Parts: sequence; structure tokens; C-alpha cells
Amino acid sequence: MSLLSPQFSPITRRRLEVFRCNRRARVSLWVFMVLFVVSLFAELIANDKPIVMQYDGQWYVPLLVDYPETEFGGFLPTRTDYHDPFVQEQIDAHGWALWPPIPYSYQTLDMQMMRPSPASPDAQHWLGTDDQGRDVLARVIYGFRLSVAFALVLTAGSLVAGVMIGGIQGYFGGKTDLIGQRLTEIWSGLPVLFLLIILASFVQPGFWWLLGIMLLFSWLGLVDVVRAEFLRARNLEYVRAAKAMGLPSRLIMWRHVLPNAMVATLTFVPFLFTGAITTLTALDFLGFGLPPGRRRWANWWPRARTTCTHRGWASPPSSACH
Amino acid sequence: MPNDTLLRLEELSIAFDDVTVVDRLSLEIRRGETLALVGESGSGKSVSALGAMHLLPPNARISGSYSLGDTDLSRMQPRDWQGLRGNRVGFIFQEPMTSLNPLHTVVRQIGETLRLHQGLSGRAARARSRELLEQVKLPRPDELLDAWPHQLSGGQRQRVMIAMAIANNPELLIADEPTTALDVTVQQEILALLAELRDHHGMGMLFITHDLNLVRRHADRVCVLYQGQEQETGPVAEVFERPRSAYTRTLLGAEPEGRPAPAGSQPLLSAERLSVAFSRPKKFFSRRPPPFVAVQPLSLRLARGETLGIVGESGSGKTTLAMALLRLAPSQGEVVFEDERLDRLSGNELRRRRRRFQVVFQDPYGSLSPRLPVSEIISEGLRFHQPELSSDEVQQRVQATLKEVGLPADCAARYPHEFSGGQRQRIAVARAIILEPELVVLDEPTSALDRTVQKQLVELLRDLQARRGLSYLFISHDLAVVRAVAHRVMVLKEGEVVEEGSCEQVLAAPRHAYTQALVKAAGLATTSS
Repeated sequence: MSLLSPQFSPITRRRLEVFRCNRRARVSLWVFMVLFVVSLFAELIANDKPIVMQYDGQWYVPLLVDYPETEFGGFLPTRTDYHDPFVQEQIDAHGWALWPPIPYSYQTLDMQMMRPSPASPDAQHWLGTDDQGRDVLARVIYGFRLSVAFALVLTAGSLVAGVMIGGIQGYFGGKTDLIGQRLTEIWSGLPVLFLLIILASFVQPGFWWLLGIMLLFSWLGLVDVVRAEFLRARNLEYVRAAKAMGLPSRLIMWRHVLPNAMVATLTFVPFLFTGAITTLTALDFLGFGLPPGRRRWANWWPRARTTCTHRGWASPPSSACH
Repeated sequence: MPNDTLLRLEELSIAFDDVTVVDRLSLEIRRGETLALVGESGSGKSVSALGAMHLLPPNARISGSYSLGDTDLSRMQPRDWQGLRGNRVGFIFQEPMTSLNPLHTVVRQIGETLRLHQGLSGRAARARSRELLEQVKLPRPDELLDAWPHQLSGGQRQRVMIAMAIANNPELLIADEPTTALDVTVQQEILALLAELRDHHGMGMLFITHDLNLVRRHADRVCVLYQGQEQETGPVAEVFERPRSAYTRTLLGAEPEGRPAPAGSQPLLSAERLSVAFSRPKKFFSRRPPPFVAVQPLSLRLARGETLGIVGESGSGKTTLAMALLRLAPSQGEVVFEDERLDRLSGNELRRRRRRFQVVFQDPYGSLSPRLPVSEIISEGLRFHQPELSSDEVQQRVQATLKEVGLPADCAARYPHEFSGGQRQRIAVARAIILEPELVVLDEPTSALDRTVQKQLVELLRDLQARRGLSYLFISHDLAVVRAVAHRVMVLKEGEVVEEGSCEQVLAAPRHAYTQALVKAAGLATTSS
């Protein structure tokens, strides 16, 4: 009942009620939320180093801090490879370590594997490994997070741009609409993939680069819907009443017209969302997707997580979203 | 003569999911007579007719016995109904704009019912359709056969609907508010036609309406419904002369009466050579056609505390004129509001002045945003024009205004859908007057309301005018209402002023033929002035 607190208008309350009564919608929301929240904590679930450990009575948090191997009786001052049998023996002898349920990160090469890669699922690798010996389940979890985050940001961005541009065209109509529509048509004629390929030749397309380029075009689909709704709503009597009251256009658009347009707009959002994931996957297949990650990944997650989608590894989560 | 009875309803009750909407209604219609079923909106008059013809959704429960001639309708099988509706019973609905399929020509629409019930097709159907169009007195029947619905006027469409209804010589004609969407002068023609067809074919007619004025002139007997219950039934003359039930008396006394208080003489608004023209779309390789002139150049003057009634039928340009005066539609000519040229202002300057001239629209259902609570709807303009007010002060003003328009204080937190049409119109009035305007444009404020509610609203408007010294520009097609509010009237026809003068004078002794027709059609009760 906390969802139905009185600050919602009756229309919103009725819509929430309809949503609550639709079992499939409810279940889908829960499935998606659980998957998304779980994947947000991917580092705690699939990682190639322990979350916390005690060594010689001292606490270590390998998840957050890189320790040199010398800390644990090794010879090299480099980052510790906790899968190294020697390091593991040292830890077992001097303390204990709490490992994530999946002891592999998305780019951990399993050096101890006895079978040729790619391997089929077994107790060690629940979904098997890829051709380089990396754990598929770990990669699915990280890839899901990256795809969903990308799609969410892209959808939010397109929503803002699409509603603003479509709203201005529809509300003011006339010449604004005519010129705006022609410009959008020209803009929609630009080949997105070529732009991306050209871009890839002089910058390394990262998460934000790709997002930016796709944002330039993904709002186009929304414009028509929003514009039509604004065109319709600007002749509603309560919109005319607000005009007669002397309210400025931005207030009228925000308070009276936008709520009308949101119904049609929100129905469009899931398609934007899945479209974003599919485009990302398509780019990966073409080899213009997010770049291969670096060895050091803890500094900035989006850049590092990129490999997960490389060579189509985003496809399992993206098809799950459809 | 008992065997003359055509439709007989006995103790007909209709309920939707345990809510009774028609409660034990009994009535009978004889051949060749018109029974009027009268009531306000929601009284169950349409539902009872549709219920007797099994045209209600499946969750309606119908009980009681009802028969058409010798056929017991309550025992009919679903298949038998198809042979009855459109064949022995014809229907005419309220909305001529939507009751015809816009994708079929007239001849196809009439031909469909001929084919279905009489097996006519091709030439025979066309010939019979032409005959029917002649019967409903449409001009140029040969041309109109192949016309599309959008090429016809409202009255012509209603005639086509009537042609379809009588195509199979029905015994009973059910006319559900057949003229509500039409102009008053057209209404009279349609009803006269229906009466003539009824006599010619010996049909019985069930005439559903809310307009007592039409009942008085076009029905033989009348049955008054109130909240699903029969109030009284009897010959029209008897019911109108000696109403037995209290509700009938209220209905009969519901015609807005009285006159507005005398007006001041200080000028507030004036317009010189004001005209509105819309440019028409240009076709390829041709010159731009001359613009469509919605309002011919006209001049008007409105004093403080005065009401100017603008009267005309649909398409006469009365709403366009109001929008031009409010500067909500582009126009040519001067608009002077208290020594200031409004037509020279724009943007922010104009917006700041808007609080001084407000508007109330026709449709109380469309003019309030369904997403905002009443307090926000009313206070929206106030918060913009006087941002210095604290939210407590705004709420006080809202409460005071609600009280002034006769609404309880607890409505502030409720949403528009919880209110009836009359209450909504009061909210719309409150939204306008909270800004303390000097002029309020009322665009058909009463036309969507029942008569009894109209009367209350008219009284409220007069009251507000007396208290606040408001000037009104009152747009209406309803002369009874105009007479009760306006000091002066201006009659518009096709964008032109045909007559102008003081209200009593114009309504009592109209000079122009068009005004005379309007006054006659309105059938005003004897002038009370």
C-alpha cells in the first residue's frame, strides 16, 4: 500500500492498480529488478580475488586494494594472482580468505584448467569457458550489467531529447513544426553505422563515446509520437484555458501537455531500451563495439567492463531482455 | 383500443452490476402517436429504450415484460432480434457526425439495411434509396446518393439517418435525442419531418429528449423519468398544465428567468473593424484561394458591469470572435481594453494583462485537467500572476473563491472527475474569477448542462456580476439563457452581425428574418419582463 500514497493523482493510482493486477507485468518487473540488482554487485559475485582475507592476523580487502605478491610470501612486487597455487597455499597456511561464489572475473584466464578450451559446463565453470578459458557465467553477469546500464542511460537521454524536440515542434506548430520536421528527416537520413566506423578510425570508442553517438540518433523515433501528442493536446480546452490565464508556454507544456504525451511516450520506451541493447550487440559483432578491457579494471568500471560484450558476449543478456 | 398498442413495457427494470438504473418502468406507445421520454442526463431514458431492444452490454440485467405488437420481446432468441431491429424497429441516434460510416457513400449505407432485411440490391436498392431520400426531403437526391458523409451538413446527415431508419417501414421509431447536436432552426425542420413520416407510415414513435420545449410541440404524450423512476405519464397538455409530481414541476420551472441588474456605462472593452480570416491551403499550380472570413469586420462595445450576449448557430463565428477579442486567435482590427490597444501587445506584456480578462469554456469535462486536484486548477493562475503570495494565502483565496461559487470547502483536495457537470462549471468559473478579472468571456457555459443546473449557474453568474461588477461576453445559442443574463445582444450569422440591440427589444421584436426564426424556434415562454 505504500505505493498508493495519496500524493498520486487518481489516474496514476488507477494505473498502478492495473499494473499490480497484471501478474505477468509484476513477475517481469521482479525478475528484471532481481537480475539488475544482483548484477550491480557483480564484483562481489564473480571475481578472481577474495572479498576479505586474514593473513598473519592482519585483515586484507583484496576486492578494493591491490596488494603486491610480496605481502603473501611471494617474490615479485607485482599484483597478487590469488589463483596461483603457491599464493593459495600461503593463504591457507597463514589465515583464511572469503571468496565470491564464482571465483573468476570476466577476463580471468583459468590457468589451472585441465580441459581444452572452450570447455563445457562443469562444477568449476557453471556455464563452461570460452575459447580463451574465461568463465562464461562471470562474463554473462558483467555483460548484463554493462548492456543494461548502457541501455538505461541511452533511453533516459533519448527520452529527454526526444520529448523536448518533439514537444517544441508539436506545441508551437506552424513554421517551427515544418522546419523542425524537415531537419529531423534530414538528420534521420545520416548513416549511423558509417559514422561509428569513421569515428572508430580516429578515437578508441569507449562507453561514453558510443553513448554519445547513439544518443545523436536514438531520439528520432520518439519525436513523431511526442509531436503528435503535443499537437493534439495544445487544442484541449484546459490547455487553452491555461493560455487564457496568461501562463507562459513552458509552464503549460510542463504541467498540462506533457502528462498527456507521457502515455504514448512511455509505451515507446521499452522499444528504445531493447533497441539500444541490440545495436550494442550488432556493433560488437562488427568489431566496432566497446574496446577490449585493460588488465587493470578497478579504476573505472565501464571502460574495463567492455570486453564482456566483445564478440557477442552481450547476446545472452540482451536476448533475456527482449 | 387495446390492440392498437405497439410497444408495451411492464415493470421494466434494468440493473448494471447491482446498480439499478431503471426501476419498474411501465409505458405503452400506440400506433401513430409520439411518446416523449423526458429526463435529465443519467435519468435512465436511453437505457430503457436500449434495454427493451436488447442493445445493452451483457452485464445489464433486464427484468419485467415488454412486447412489440404481439411479439413478447422478453422471450426472444438472439437470432430473432436481428430480424426485428432495423426492420420492425428503426433507430435514430443523437450524433449525426458519428452515426454514419465516413468511408461509405450514402447509397451504400442505406442499401446495406435494404439488402439485409429486404434482399434488395443493385438497381432496386438504388431506386428505393432515392425514394427514401425524397421522403426525408433532401434536395437533389440523385447527387446526394453518391455523396460522402463529410459532404453533408449535420441536418442532412440526420435526414440520411432517418432515411435508413424508415427504410424497412418500421412499426416503431426510436429517436434518441435526434436533434440535440443540431442548430435550433434545423431541429424544428427535423422534428416536423419525423411527425410527418410518423403519420404517413402509421408508426409509433418513442422520442427521447431532455428538452421540454420540444416535447411541448412535438409529442402527444410524455413520460417523465427521474433517476430511473417514472414520475408521471400523461398527455402533453395535461402534464404541462397540471404537473402532478414535484419533479415535473421543478423541470417545468427550470427555464432560466429573471433579468440581470442594470449595467454601468463606463466603457471597458471595445473593438473596431475587428475581423478574423483563415487562409485556405494552396493547391499545386494554382493561386492561393481567397482566405475564409470567419468574422466580418465588426465593431462592439462593452461597458463595466454589462453583459453582451452573442447569439448565433454553429459556424456563425461567435466563438472565433471571442477568441479574437481574448487575443487567443489572430485577427485584424483594433481591440481596446480600458484605453489600451490589446492588439499591439504580445508576449510577456500580453500575458501580464491576461488576468484581467478571463474565459470559461463550453465543455466542463474538457476544460479541467484531469490530473490536477481542484485547488491546483483554481490557484494555478494566481500563483503565476502573484508569486509573492505564500501558499497559505493562496489556499485562503482558493477557499474564499470556492465559497463564492457555492462549492463546499472540502472540494479543494478532490479531482475533477468526482464532480458533476454543473459543479465542474463552477470550478471553471472559480478558476476565472480568482484572478479578479474585469471581463469574463463565457463561451456557451450552459450548453452541456441540464436545464435545472443551467438555471443555478445563470443565477450564480448574475450574482457574481452584481457583487464584483464584472463584464460578461456571453456566447450562446440558447435564447432563454441569453435573455436571463444579457443586457444587450448581438446576433451573428455566417460571421456577420445581422442584428444588435438591447436584449428585450431584440427578443421581443426581432427585425431580421434570421433572428425571427431563432426566436420562433427557441419557443421562449411568455416574456417575464
